[in-house]
Amino acid sequence: MLRALLRNPAALFGLVVILAIGLAALAAPWLAPFPPDEQFFEGLSLEGAPLPPGPQFWLGTDLLGRDLLSRLIYGARTSLIIGLAANGTAVLIGTALGLVAGYAGGWTATILMRFTDLMMAFPALLLAITLAAIFSPSLWIVALVIALVNWVQVARVIYTQTRGLVEQDYIEACRAIGAGHGRILSHHILPHLVPTMLVWGTLGIATTVLLEATLSFLGIGVRPPTPSWGNIIFENQTYFATAPWLVFCPGAAILALALAFNLLGDALNDLLDPLQQGRG
Amino acid sequence: MALYLAKRLGQSVLILLGISLITYGLIYLAPADPVRQIAGRSATPETVASIRRQLGLDLPLWQQYLRYLGQLLQGDLGRSYIQKTEVTTLILSRLPATLQLLAGAIVVELIIGLGAGIAAATRRGRPADRLIMAASFVAVSAPQFVLGILLLYVFAVQLRWFPIGGYGTLAHLVLPALTLGILGGGWYARMTRASLIEVLRQDYIQTARAKGAGPGRVILVHALRNAALPIVAMVGLDIGMFMSGAVVVESVYGWPGIGQLAWQAIQRVDIPIIVGVTLVAATGIVLGNLVADLAAPWIDPRIRRG
Repeated sequence: MLRALLRNPAALFGLVVILAIGLAALAAPWLAPFPPDEQFFEGLSLEGAPLPPGPQFWLGTDLLGRDLLSRLIYGARTSLIIGLAANGTAVLIGTALGLVAGYAGGWTATILMRFTDLMMAFPALLLAITLAAIFSPSLWIVALVIALVNWVQVARVIYTQTRGLVEQDYIEACRAIGAGHGRILSHHILPHLVPTMLVWGTLGIATTVLLEATLSFLGIGVRPPTPSWGNIIFENQTYFATAPWLVFCPGAAILALALAFNLLGDALNDLLDPLQQGRG
Repeated sequence: MALYLAKRLGQSVLILLGISLITYGLIYLAPADPVRQIAGRSATPETVASIRRQLGLDLPLWQQYLRYLGQLLQGDLGRSYIQKTEVTTLILSRLPATLQLLAGAIVVELIIGLGAGIAAATRRGRPADRLIMAASFVAVSAPQFVLGILLLYVFAVQLRWFPIGGYGTLAHLVLPALTLGILGGGWYARMTRASLIEVLRQDYIQTARAKGAGPGRVILVHALRNAALPIVAMVGLDIGMFMSGAVVVESVYGWPGIGQLAWQAIQRVDIPIIVGVTLVAATGIVLGNLVADLAAPWIDPRIRRG
């Protein structure tokens, strides 16, 4: 499978970008030229404005005279931690709900899936904003808020597939030879859902990264001084006309990471075609 | 048909009820105490108790919810903590600006999406197709606030073709509508392409070609009509994406709509406004989906016959 992925140029590009950003996040303390929170006296011009990219500060400095490159490298940690944690949680919640509803059927399914429909009626960002405004956000609260709005599509897809699987003859056969619910779910249904979880686990990270960046840009995501690509733009947006690198460098980073996960997820989807699996 | 209509309407009403339950839950969870916000810090315990009674906060929870529901049915979304104005009044005064922005964004996304989708589908597998698909991936991966600031920087600050922000004329609308519409345009391009490729394989297209219809006529008259259904179904879902996007785009461009209202409310943790905008947006989504579902049989007679 990996070989097939590597032969697809779009997927390869995605993988390389993800690996590069992941390595930068892991090696941040060694890779970053300066500590991300250090304010340099020489990091601001005589008029107190941020410095443009130059030999000392490669990508220039921000409004407080901090090194932008170092903040971007540490910001990769925030994006990836939230991306993985929030989306992982969303996939788990969605899978659990979809699986239970699809397997149990009847009233359980009706109630759970009507609730899913209901959640679909809320615009993700607005719901996340309301939740973030209610629980004053830390890194993990932001991840939780994003997970709470992003599980919905996963639940729908998993539900449809589980329903398709439950009606198969081999499940009937399992029951006939006395397999319990737990065994049927874990040994005979869940394995068929792994491709879907994998595809959503990848595509969903793109959505999550964008949502975190947007919340942080609106000032209710990850709070400064913890650097996040979104809050770097939030802090510096007033300088966009005179110091555009302060907006467009983190902006390019967000785009690259979201694009990479979208390309990889799309390639995985073509390869595994999980939507076919459920129909059996 | 009448049964389908009634069933679909009933479902929408149930979902709207569910939405009100959730928004009530959100208000209830909010840590800010509305009584303290209204009474101020120096209020006597008697004043606090009387305001509590006025607001119905001494009632059991289910009665409070029914009261809230009754207010909603009368179009009352509560009062802003900070501005002391009715939330409904605030939202209504800003709705026209947002609707104008949404209309602009829909035009942009349809032009970009249909144009790029048709161009890609008719050149399947060729470099132009690959380029358009790559561009659509970039469009759906781009953070809207960065795109907004980028367009502002290039077209307003550097080239001075459009005003830097504000509201009123068509020139003010171009950049915000473009920012909001590009994301949807990316999705539509992919959707139109997939839908058209599917339709172009069918026999009746062969027949149309055999009878001498030119490529333009085949696409626009014969194929697009059948590819339209998933596209219309998507317009209903779009409203959600737009409402989320409006918060970002309106705050970047200083567009005086309900997105900006929500953004200003976020800065002041003015929960009634945030929840009110969420409620209005969710209602808009339910209605959008309803309209899309009801329009489906009208577009595709096969559904009408069931």
